[in-house]
Amino acid sequence: MSATDRQHEAVLSVRGLKTWFATREGTVRSVDGVDLDLAKGEILGLVGESGSGKSVTGFSIMGLVDKPGRVVEGQIFLGASDLLAQSPEQLRSLRGRKLALIFQDPMMTLNPVLSVGTQMVEAVTAHEKVSKKEARARALQSLVRVGIPAPEKRLDAYPHELSGGMRQRVSIAIALLHQPEVIIADEPTTALDVTIQGQILYEIRRLCRESSTALLWITHDLAVVAGLADRVAVMYAGRIVESAPTRALIERPRHPYTAGLIGAVPRIGQAHGERLTQIPGSSPNPLEVRTGCAFAPRCSRAQEKCRSAEPEVTSPSPGVSWRCWFPLEQTA
Amino acid sequence: MSPSVAKHRTQSRWRAAMVRLLQSRMAAGAGLVLALVVLAALLAPWIAPQNPYDLASLDILDSKLPPGSLSGDGSMRYWLGTDEQGRDMLSAILFGLRISLYVGVLATLGALLVGTLMGLSAAFARGWVDAFIMRIVDIQLALPGVLIALVLLAILGKGVDKVVIALIVGGWAYFARAARASAMVERDREYMEAAVCLGFGRGRQLLRHLLPNCMPPLIVIATIEFAEAIAAEAALSFLGVGVPVSEPSLGMLTANGFDFLMSGRYWLCLFPGMALAIVILSFNIVGDRYREIINPRGER
Repeated sequence: MSATDRQHEAVLSVRGLKTWFATREGTVRSVDGVDLDLAKGEILGLVGESGSGKSVTGFSIMGLVDKPGRVVEGQIFLGASDLLAQSPEQLRSLRGRKLALIFQDPMMTLNPVLSVGTQMVEAVTAHEKVSKKEARARALQSLVRVGIPAPEKRLDAYPHELSGGMRQRVSIAIALLHQPEVIIADEPTTALDVTIQGQILYEIRRLCRESSTALLWITHDLAVVAGLADRVAVMYAGRIVESAPTRALIERPRHPYTAGLIGAVPRIGQAHGERLTQIPGSSPNPLEVRTGCAFAPRCSRAQEKCRSAEPEVTSPSPGVSWRCWFPLEQTA
Repeated sequence: MSPSVAKHRTQSRWRAAMVRLLQSRMAAGAGLVLALVVLAALLAPWIAPQNPYDLASLDILDSKLPPGSLSGDGSMRYWLGTDEQGRDMLSAILFGLRISLYVGVLATLGALLVGTLMGLSAAFARGWVDAFIMRIVDIQLALPGVLIALVLLAILGKGVDKVVIALIVGGWAYFARAARASAMVERDREYMEAAVCLGFGRGRQLLRHLLPNCMPPLIVIATIEFAEAIAAEAALSFLGVGVPVSEPSLGMLTANGFDFLMSGRYWLCLFPGMALAIVILSFNIVGDRYREIINPRGER
């Protein structure tokens, strides 16, 4: 299958996205050539450490990059239309309807002075001409779907009266109001405690499966993604360095960075006192213009070629790719 | 926490604020005075001993009587004396209070409305719109409000409505600056970004989501500005460019009495002046207390 075929099949397709920030110190290339494909109903985990550009990728897709940031290059297809070529009014009508975002901190994303019901009714009426009563019924239905107990009462509640998990469920319910084609979730469970995190993960997975909504799950936590995503893309220094179905990626990572990330996750059954492997060094200064592989300075396998030439994308089959001159062996 | 108490809790938050307001004995006293003043102004036509606008009920023979005198025909007692037309000062003050409060309320609400919209738009639009609005605000704030009002009234002429307009023009800039400061903080909060993500139009983002979150500091300013507006109206009337003589406010009454101050007829000036001072003082005390309540750093 050629790249263009895949692009047509995908609900969301990002090509060569570059989002740069002009700062006083120089240009920060937060996202520097990202390609992504998200099929209908697929859950894709976008994993990377702080500053790898994963959140900026999400914001770029939503069209929320603020100055001094700018999408300098690339295409973002939602269905057949390029989001970067749309007018602000067209974008507005897509946001919330076909493309929804769930934020990291549910404490912050709900308007503190409006009741849950009011916010949800607003979200409905922003895109559809329906009566208040009908919008309210839709809101209620959405709350029921995300498994909120006593939803009728929650509609009258204010955000500060709800727990963190409950608020995140409300955010998810709002995102689902218009049955979007794609949901982008930016670390939506990071601010929650672990048990609630588990529940939310389970619910989101169920809801996306039910409505065959594609989900882009942005996180730094490989363990979360392992239990959730169909496919994982690993981001490093503004690029996707490896992408593969979740199981294959976890069991047989090809890029040394992915292998490093996996080695850094504690496992059940690990001997007590055994050290976790860590990746030496720290992520590169985004201001530096680099030659060669961005991971080379931290990579144990790096050779002269890695330092002088940027690795090209190797893609043996659709949905599987890596950027490395010397990938780990398949049987490792 | 049960959401069934949601409505109740919102109410109880207001009640909590009220309780904390009354915890200060000073504020409680001022609040009580204010309540009485407002009540007296509202009920003036029914509780005033005389209709001060009805010339037929005035008796020129009763003019300039000191406080406590009996009227010529012995039908009533002038507790606060009479003016040069034989008008009962108590009645005149009660009716004057109506005008003063009316002007104060309208001028404050008008300035709040205009200033808030300007400030929010500036913060929301950024760029040259922001710069343009805020330079007007800067210029406005560089000139004393009373001076602007004076110039405007010289052009517009007398009248209660014109005083209100002049006071709005002189006062909106304070609200605009505070609203902008507040909106600059709120506009970058995540819930505003979420509002963009939900595909809300700019109007809805601004009025429905940004505005309510910017209101608390503006309400504090409104209480202070209200007292200022009443004082400014009095000053304008005193200077002779404010309300017309046919609708005397407290400031107008004070100004009328000023002519007789040196001839020993102190009551003509003193009582309306005192009424004015009491209104402004009690409003300032309540406003200060309210500011302490909503400002967590003001806690002592």
